[in-house]
Amino acid sequence: MSEAAKGTGKKVPKKFLYVNRKAPYGTIYALEALEVVLIGAAFDQDVSLAFLDDGVFQLANGQDTKGIGMKKFANTYRALGDYGVTKFYVEKESLQSRGLTLGDLQEITYEDENDDFKEKPSIILVSRAELSEVMAQQDVVLSF
Amino acid sequence: MGYMFNGNEIDHDEEGYLTDLSDWNPELALMIAQSEELEMNDERWEVVNFLRDYYEEYQVAPAVRVLTKALAKTMGPEKGNNDYLYELFPYGPAKQACKIAGLPKPTGCV
Repeated sequence: MSEAAKGTGKKVPKKFLYVNRKAPYGTIYALEALEVVLIGAAFDQDVSLAFLDDGVFQLANGQDTKGIGMKKFANTYRALGDYGVTKFYVEKESLQSRGLTLGDLQEITYEDENDDFKEKPSIILVSRAELSEVMAQQDVVLSF
Repeated sequence: MGYMFNGNEIDHDEEGYLTDLSDWNPELALMIAQSEELEMNDERWEVVNFLRDYYEEYQVAPAVRVLTKALAKTMGPEKGNNDYLYELFPYGPAKQACKIAGLPKPTGCV
């Protein structure tokens, strides 16, 4: 428990990190993770997402799912800001080793209620070392 | 299970949500509304159309809390609040309005 929370008697939201490591299609992991995030977001916890390994492709721009007859759930990541999910940690090394840059990912923003509803980017580029620090701070880490 | 529409049966699940989103059309919406004992008026259409646009954009049916927030943003606080929405859709805006809009049941909606 953080220092600030001690002694207030208030229920402290737990920190949940959903770790996405798989390509968006071919397996059901990415879509299932997203569904769990949407459900979990209803419980007012402190939710963030991490994208590493092939999971970075989940955020890639210009996905077209017509050929495989699946719904284009990549659009849904852009709705997560409305659900209070505003931290998307993307691992630098995973992007680099796949020849991707931040510019290859879709733009995801949220409106900061504490800053006059300014639109701010949700994607946070982190190194592998920084991501492991983020993981260490969580109460719950769920890997997909 | 299905809605009988123009001589065709349009599949729905056990709660009345369309199985295939592309089956939807405004006349079918009227029929679904009727089965919910709701008469469609401008206000209800406004919410239903908003939901369809939201789904088109984000591929997800919003939770009620997200819907009210989004409505408040685009149409003002007098429409983006629970009282207004529950008056239009007494059994829950997410449930009833999504059903009429031909969308799946919102994720996490119980």
